[in-house]
Amino acid sequence: MSIPRKRFDTLVIGAGGGGLRAALQLSQAEANVAVVSKVFPTRSHTVAAQGGINAALANVLPDNWHWHMYDTVKGSDYLGDQDAIEYMCRAASHIVIELEHAGVPFSRLNNGKIYQRAFGGQSQDFGGEQAARTCAAADRTGHAILHTLYQQNIRAKTHFFDEFFAIDLIKDEEGYILGAVILSIETGEPYIIEAKTTLLATGGAGQIFRTNTNARINTGDGMAMALRADIPIQDMEFFQFHPTGIAGKGMLITEGARGEGGFLVNKNGERFMERYATHAKDLASRDVVSRSIAIEVREGRGCGPKGDHVLLKVDHLGADVVAKRLPGIRDTVLTFLHMDPVEKPIPVFPTAHYTMGGIPTNRYGQVVAPLGQGAEEPIPGLYAVGECACVSVHGANRLGGNSLLDIIVFGRAAGNDIIDFLKENRFHRPLDEGSVDQALSRLARWDQRGEGESVDALRQELQQTMEDYCGVFREEKVLQEGVNKVKAMEARLAAVRIQDHSSVFNTQRIEAMELENLFDVALATVTSALARQESRGAHSRVDYPERDDEHWLKHSLFYKKDHRLDFKPVRTKPLSVDSFPPKPRVY
Amino acid sequence: MKFLIYRYNPEKDQAPYMQEFTLDNIEPGMMLLDALLRIKADKDETLSFRHSCGEGVCGSDGININGSNGLSCITPLSQLKQPVEVRPLPGLPVIRDLVVDMSQFYQQYRAVKPYLIVHDPEPEIERLQSPHDRDKLDGLYECIMCACCSTACPSFWWNPDKFRGPAALLQSWRFLADSRDQATAQRLEELEGAYKVFRCHTIMNCVNVCPKGLNPTKAIGNIKKLMLKRLI
Ligand SMILES: Cc1cc2nc3c(=O)[nH]c(=O)nc-3n(C[C@H](O)[C@H](O)[C@H](O)COP(=O)(O)OP(=O)(O)OC[C@H]3O[C@@H](n4cnc5c(N)ncnc54)[C@H](O)[C@@H]3O)c2cc1C
Ligand code: SF4
Ligand code: SF4
Ligand code: FES
Repeated sequence: MSIPRKRFDTLVIGAGGGGLRAALQLSQAEANVAVVSKVFPTRSHTVAAQGGINAALANVLPDNWHWHMYDTVKGSDYLGDQDAIEYMCRAASHIVIELEHAGVPFSRLNNGKIYQRAFGGQSQDFGGEQAARTCAAADRTGHAILHTLYQQNIRAKTHFFDEFFAIDLIKDEEGYILGAVILSIETGEPYIIEAKTTLLATGGAGQIFRTNTNARINTGDGMAMALRADIPIQDMEFFQFHPTGIAGKGMLITEGARGEGGFLVNKNGERFMERYATHAKDLASRDVVSRSIAIEVREGRGCGPKGDHVLLKVDHLGADVVAKRLPGIRDTVLTFLHMDPVEKPIPVFPTAHYTMGGIPTNRYGQVVAPLGQGAEEPIPGLYAVGECACVSVHGANRLGGNSLLDIIVFGRAAGNDIIDFLKENRFHRPLDEGSVDQALSRLARWDQRGEGESVDALRQELQQTMEDYCGVFREEKVLQEGVNKVKAMEARLAAVRIQDHSSVFNTQRIEAMELENLFDVALATVTSALARQESRGAHSRVDYPERDDEHWLKHSLFYKKDHRLDFKPVRTKPLSVDSFPPKPRVY
Repeated sequence: MKFLIYRYNPEKDQAPYMQEFTLDNIEPGMMLLDALLRIKADKDETLSFRHSCGEGVCGSDGININGSNGLSCITPLSQLKQPVEVRPLPGLPVIRDLVVDMSQFYQQYRAVKPYLIVHDPEPEIERLQSPHDRDKLDGLYECIMCACCSTACPSFWWNPDKFRGPAALLQSWRFLADSRDQATAQRLEELEGAYKVFRCHTIMNCVNVCPKGLNPTKAIGNIKKLMLKRLI
């Protein structure tokens, strides 16, 4: 079959904040760049980010990047790579100011500077008083940033392929990545995009869990594409459960609600976080707050007729603060709970939120893997940034406000590194037809007709299983069962059939390929979780309740082939400052 | 609960038609999107529609519901008269079922130069903006580009290539109203003529349907006022 081919210097897969920031850097440098996204760019999930982006601007309280770095290392439960963390925290102020210059409508202080609020896990002076480091545009920061980046890309004349679905990467025998095979959702036609460099910015994989704060499109496609190209994915056992999703439904209530003075209570009206984190209370790190809520509920102090959630109070803040600082969450609560948070507390429960793990990269955004010479060798032509990547700045637990920062900092850095790479690699390498055929056969597989299990039913079963067997609290027996179940379900994939075989806007075929991706990511997650015999950050093992630095201060790498696990050391040496050695984590 | 859904598959159907579906076990709090997803999963997998965030922030799922435009994900079933008639957004070419071709809508958005234009050199820190000036952007920057407004606007139906439409004009005003932007004259010049702005006859359909509670009519009024002021 001859399929249309297009050639670009750089192919960016994903038009969230990470992809768009990289594309902007490239377009401004007049590289020839194509951005492919399965949804129109402003519909990417970055749009849903609420609370803000961290930078030590010190507009409200004293601050500096080194304190930010300390909080991030501690928040990561010492699994974060300290060179990448230093790089990110140092770059943060400049990055946010650049966003402001680009037009982001940040909220303002009386002196005209960018408004900053308190968020969880933030401190002044290496663990001292609460800091206020999160730069916000009301509670719609992600929307403000994503739209601004899209707008600036219009200005820079970036080339967009809207509503195109990336099926798989193209790779040659020597291991170079040469672009991707993509599918026009509108016409059902496949295309080959040849590129000297390919950047994955496909976002997270929250859809592996049933109740989650993520959009339906967050199916881990980039991670699965990497796995299928024999690239391992890193630290997948670390999945963040956000303490305050609306109970049973999953919509997020930003940590900013607690940053503005909100707090959690149990059925006795007790402000229970005071018991778990004497100092930081409701603004302790997310893993700590989520576990505390789960314990309250488990020990019978949950609220509601089933005692299955706790309450988040913002009703004492007054209508003005809520209208000004939290208008979006007020709308959400009004719409989905038919009540006004100005009058009544909000029922919340920990909800699957953020994929800390992902495609391993260095701080230039280059994808790295052990290729025989060392643990971190760049895969030529392949980059990854954002939630699909693992640089790793979040380690075992991400701090609120650090992900928007991560996507912008490393989106920009990857753009710059790609510009250098292009200078040295001026020509397209010959296309590898075998690799193209493999991607196309993945598409063709869904042409099979007849009766079979449905995509929707199998996805729901997978999501429920991940929630039941790989949730906030984990243990050997349950995880092992989880692995077995997911494997058994994966075997059933071959018998799944779709009923829609038309070409034009066939959403069922897209969902089918997304389900394949979810399986790869779910297996990586539960397998890595079973292997890690310690508790660190978001990964809490009831059977191994302590952190074990002697054996487990290392990153895990999961391979698709044989579901093999490998490990590599944490980069504990920062770029210029002293490293922060592991210490007990108290908030 | 009964639904009548617009169906059209260009590969199979000569003409569009309405198909009836019935769903049992409607739970309290269910949104129209939940119903569409259930219909797709249990009754007819070939039904096509866009959706993503499920909470009214991505703007993917603008459709026409009982004659009025809205987002399926934040429209409660309890508010809807039966049978619920679901159609694609009016006035744009239908690709399939509830999916419309939004190219013209995006074209008009791009045409208003929806980005901040500043000629002064960039300061080392953020550009200062008073809270008062920043407040002027509220009700403008929140637009999610769902196209509910423009596809409810008669003037846009008749002249989708010439009249910018409420969504694009709201964005135009978002930058005109930004104390940091320095392209006022250029922006206004580019909106001159009988069509781009002046096709708006203040019918207010756009305001009535905006799921984010924004007010394009007011923004358009502000643009007209500013244009007049510059004439004098
Ligand atoms: C509700 C919510 C609130 C949040 N609030 C905050 C906050 O306040 N502060 C903070 O720092 N972080 C926050 N986060 C986290 C943060 O928003 C995300 O981690 C971040 O936006 C991810 O950006 P991204 O660019 O990596 O991916 P995304 O924005 O998810 O974009 C992924 C892109 O990839 C495309 N794509 C995916 N697969 C394919 C494919 N197969 N083919 C083609 N295109 C594809 C999609 O279309 C999309 O364009 C929040 C997250 C959620 C869910
Ligand atoms: S007020 Fe103007 S823009 Fe809005 S619907 Fe009427 S004619 Fe269209
Ligand atoms: S103004 Fe309102 S209705 Fe129009 S596109 Fe924006 S959000 Fe949608
Ligand atoms: S699904 Fe995103 S707005 Fe409705």
